[in-house]
Amino acid sequence: MCPRPKRLRKISDPPLIAGFKPYGASDRALTREKVFLHFEEYEALRLCDHKGFSQVEAALAMEVSRPTLTRIYARALQKIADAFVNGKQIIIEGGKIFFDSEWYTCEGCGCFFNHPDKASSVEECPLCGHSGVSNYTEVPEEIQEKSCRRRRLRRGQMNP
Amino acid sequence: MKTAITSTGKDLNSTIDGRFGRCSYFVIYDTELKSVEIMPNPNKEAEEGAGPSSVRFLASKGVKKIVSGEFGIKIKSLLDSLKIQMIVMKTEDKTIQEVIDLLDHN
Ligand SMILES: [Zn+2]
Repeated sequence: MCPRPKRLRKISDPPLIAGFKPYGASDRALTREKVFLHFEEYEALRLCDHKGFSQVEAALAMEVSRPTLTRIYARALQKIADAFVNGKQIIIEGGKIFFDSEWYTCEGCGCFFNHPDKASSVEECPLCGHSGVSNYTEVPEEIQEKSCRRRRLRRGQMNP
Repeated sequence: MKTAITSTGKDLNSTIDGRFGRCSYFVIYDTELKSVEIMPNPNKEAEEGAGPSSVRFLASKGVKKIVSGEFGIKIKSLLDSLKIQMIVMKTEDKTIQEVIDLLDHN
């Protein structure tokens, strides 16, 4: 069986700042608008352009596939270009929760949920009430692309 | 039991908003009273801390479950400590009415 992904996009150094504000703006600058740069986008930019990693090296460092890294990196550049050209603020934040063994999935509605009340057991879906719920083991598509390469290879061997 | 749903608009035909902390509206549905409360997210334009502020906002309304497209990394432990359950709905084309219909099956 495949190991569960321990984390999604690994970020080794948290940003030193929360964002940037433009100054000396002209009338046409959109200084009130904000661009939200996600942590993983910040990290891709840091690794590729500040540390000089190749995209392959950056992908390995962040434990994502190379096409995923390319996508994250492209989004980072696009957002920063938007902020620079239009004079918008940049706010560094966000990124998604990672799914681990505390998560459950529902066969009925397809949702994912956690279970903060540890005292009781999970018997039904908190959304649709379906009783077909299971501990999170299958990696849904969106999550899959973020898991490590080794996992991908193993899956390949299991389902050629 | 009150459940909050992040919404892109202020009517029940709006779809789930994929971003928890910066969603446009919160719809709070009470499964016992079958009542719906729709309010704009006061933290939509917040500079930082939109996620935690939204959690506190919903906690003050007595919400026990939250349905959204995704949650921020920092949010999970905060919600765990408040014993608020997270429900992630990846199909963001679902409308608020459809989510309410699902909840009514409980
Ligand atoms: Zn369900």
